[in-house]
Amino acid sequence: MLTPARRVRGLGAAHSGTGHFWHQRVTSVAAIPLTIGLLLIITALLGRSHAAVVQILGSPLVAIIMLLFIINTAYHMWIGVQEIILDYVHEDKFKLLSLMANTFFVFATGLACVFAVLKLSFGV
Amino acid sequence: MAELEARTTTGADHARPLSPHLQIYRPTLTMMMSIVHRMTGAMLYFGMLLLAWWLIAAAAGPNAYANVEWFMGSLIGRLVLFAYTWALLHHMLGGLRHLIWDTIHGFDPAERELLTLATLIGSITLTLVLWVVGYLVMGGPR
Repeated sequence: MLTPARRVRGLGAAHSGTGHFWHQRVTSVAAIPLTIGLLLIITALLGRSHAAVVQILGSPLVAIIMLLFIINTAYHMWIGVQEIILDYVHEDKFKLLSLMANTFFVFATGLACVFAVLKLSFGV
Repeated sequence: MAELEARTTTGADHARPLSPHLQIYRPTLTMMMSIVHRMTGAMLYFGMLLLAWWLIAAAAGPNAYANVEWFMGSLIGRLVLFAYTWALLHHMLGGLRHLIWDTIHGFDPAERELLTLATLIGSITLTLVLWVVGYLVMGGPR
């Protein structure tokens, strides 16, 4: 009998089954200091003029913390929402579209944030 | 459980037994906080749009930034930011609790209740402290 299983039999596990679980843990550990950093930065910027905000957000240390926060959060929320979709969306067509939308949303918001921080850092 | 079996075995149409889901259990604190952890995660997901708007506006120039400042200063904006602050802190503390549980610690009935209650009280307290500090930084409510 020929089934698709025949082609993978004997090849063993893919060894990526726990990949997202582990990456979610790694990004959550990283998120703790980065979130505290973000909250400190935002608190320091409260009520300041646009010129001051631009100067502070564009300074190297602040910009690096912001970039780390954005990239780490983007990956963390991509995994998290994918997990939510896989738990609750069962209809194939809608599931695929939601998974795709998740990826698009994360890339769009993540890249927009990164671009803005880089522009604040390098000017023009 | 007996009720569930009775319903499924005496049914004339021989309905197959269903695995019990959320609505059949008595709500517990750990269960509610598990749901809230997911909800705050989803809130923060869309909150990323606010962060993006703020950063893009700062990069775009004073006029765009003035729009963000106007919105964040409005009543709705402040409510959104307040909810965002709490969601962020609650998700962070909830994540910390899950990291502790990942090490197979804190699973005693008393310990898990304490950890769960601590995340809830901690997130509310930290949110209030942060907002008081925020208003002090800004020199009082405007």
